[in-house]
Amino acid sequence: MNALVASPVLIPMLTAILCVAAWNRLRLQRVISVLGALALLAVSVWLIVLVDSGGAVSTQFAGWAAPYGIAFVADRFATIMVLLNGISAIAVVIYSLGSIDERRESMGYHALLHALIGACSGAFLSGDLFNIYVWFEVMLMSSFVLLTLGGERGQLEGAIKYVTLNLLSSVIFLSGLGLLYGTVGSLNMADIGLRIRAATEADIPVLTALSVLFLTAFGVKAAAFPFFFWLPASYHTPPPAISALFAGLLTKVGVYALIRVFTVVFTTDPHIMGPIISVIAALTMITGVLGAAAQFEIRRILSFHIVSQIGYMLMGLGVAIVANVRADRLAETLGADAPDTIAMRSAAAIALAGSVFYILHHIIVKTNLFLVAGVVLKLKGCAELKHIGGLYRSNPMLALLFMIPAMSLAGIPILSGFWAKFAIVRAGLQAETYGIVIAALFVSALTLFSMVKIWAEAFWKDQPEGDPRAVESYGAVGAGAPFKPALMYAPIIGLAVITLCIGVGAGPAWNLAERAANDLLDPVPYTEAVLGEPGLQRLAALGLYEFPAIDPIGMPIETASDSALAPTLADVPTGVTP
Amino acid sequence: MQMLLSLVIGLLYAAGVYMMLRRSFVKLVIGLLMIGHGTNLLIFTSAGLVRGKPPLIDPGLKALGGPTNDPLAPALILTAIVISFAVVAYTIVLVKRTYQEVGTDDLREMRTTDR
Repeated sequence: MNALVASPVLIPMLTAILCVAAWNRLRLQRVISVLGALALLAVSVWLIVLVDSGGAVSTQFAGWAAPYGIAFVADRFATIMVLLNGISAIAVVIYSLGSIDERRESMGYHALLHALIGACSGAFLSGDLFNIYVWFEVMLMSSFVLLTLGGERGQLEGAIKYVTLNLLSSVIFLSGLGLLYGTVGSLNMADIGLRIRAATEADIPVLTALSVLFLTAFGVKAAAFPFFFWLPASYHTPPPAISALFAGLLTKVGVYALIRVFTVVFTTDPHIMGPIISVIAALTMITGVLGAAAQFEIRRILSFHIVSQIGYMLMGLGVAIVANVRADRLAETLGADAPDTIAMRSAAAIALAGSVFYILHHIIVKTNLFLVAGVVLKLKGCAELKHIGGLYRSNPMLALLFMIPAMSLAGIPILSGFWAKFAIVRAGLQAETYGIVIAALFVSALTLFSMVKIWAEAFWKDQPEGDPRAVESYGAVGAGAPFKPALMYAPIIGLAVITLCIGVGAGPAWNLAERAANDLLDPVPYTEAVLGEPGLQRLAALGLYEFPAIDPIGMPIETASDSALAPTLADVPTGVTP
Repeated sequence: MQMLLSLVIGLLYAAGVYMMLRRSFVKLVIGLLMIGHGTNLLIFTSAGLVRGKPPLIDPGLKALGGPTNDPLAPALILTAIVISFAVVAYTIVLVKRTYQEVGTDDLREMRTTDR
């Protein structure tokens, strides 16, 4: 059990080490790489089945009990992310076999890829804030090298912005971490969460200020509104396989950290943080989509769309926090059982579930779009829309495979993106946050415009005069790069099928997202998984948990509220008579 | 002591930001380094400064008596230093390679990927 929780990190790390050991034997490295990715996928499926049926599990490294040791926690949200990690890992590894040149492979490409994947798993599973910082750094280091591997001019120039802003965000994260440790004296997230819930009035302004440091740090990693400039400057420069992995996974690690930190750790002053996150979300959506509208290079359009999609995920979080604050207010005036209060509470749950579902849909779709863009780049030697065309006539299959993720991204019904947007917009309406709902619908229309632009220019119109290969394009990887269509199409088809499955069978995926969101909104499951019985006692002391009453034999007594007789029993006054 | 360290941290941050806003890539890296050092000192200071009290349990006692130095903060700093060492090694290579490719370390000449 314990090894299983850590295995999504251990397997990629072991794969990376084996790839380094087989440094000069490329064929062996490829075999190890594929096997490692398959093993990760298998383990992550196993983990999600286990956690979804049996609840969150955790492991404490070296047997040091939490909060002193470093904990790895697999709750539903974390395992969903690990599963997505596994899916994009296998897709990108197979795609790399058909598209990455031997020069890059011989410089440790496979080892770096698996180090990056392992670090992402670590960031998802870790329950310790400093440990998350370390995984972030491992992830950044591998991504730095992957981004610049090959050393083309565009890659280096893109890397400067990527490296600078991400390092700066790490420093902000570390400062926040140091100050938080100085304030609450713990690094374990569940423990900090409990300590913050029990914080005195005097500490709350300090903690809120610290939460803004975390918002900034993770906001940079997630490419949220004022901090997104590094993303469109760098994501289109490396070879397609690398940018697909980055596009799918890396920013979502930032979103994951934001959702985790603002549900489990920082619960102070939600009436300040909720609107701030919502406004950031709206601006992220709008600037991203407007940026995309002005671009004419496929991968740059898609890069700006990552930014705009991040806005939707943050919108879920922001609306959830705002709805919870409103529900608390309604509970004070109308009572906790009033229909309005209950509707507001359910809006919070739907918004957060929408966020989780959005991430689930987005990682698959975005990776796939970048993979398709990579095939276009291979076929035409260029991804500038002005210089290419006629792909619908020459490659109808590719055109279809582009349409599925593109329409899903735009939110056309029955595809996965529709349900994701539907849930978030519905939650926004239910929570009466109309401004951001209008922004979301407006951005959705512009997303469709961008996707249709790529479709019309690259696929529909005839190939324009002149040779597209003469146009300089980043990541085209001319000399020595293989082009094996079968290996490049296989992951695209696989991801498109997953998109269709999430779209047509949205029910199970949505229910899973909803369960994950409920786990996040309720502090009990996470605390119980990490801290066990003492954690529950501390929650009970805060009034957030009630132990089931135990009779002398040790069997739980059916409490009044559980039994069918509740209404009549509740009328009987217990304890002190008035 | 706390005041002195706070001033030093502030100075390092200010100097770091100033250096990062220069146009030279080399200065940008130096700026990043200075902010990193400032952060390490920040962790050290915010964990609480206790002088001459190592976290050792006195003979005959079963727990720490009174406030002692917190050993976790230096452990965190050590980890951060090791990481920043690797990051600096990488950025220095990046500076060199970029200089070879672009022929300048002026950041204003390195904006082709933004267009």
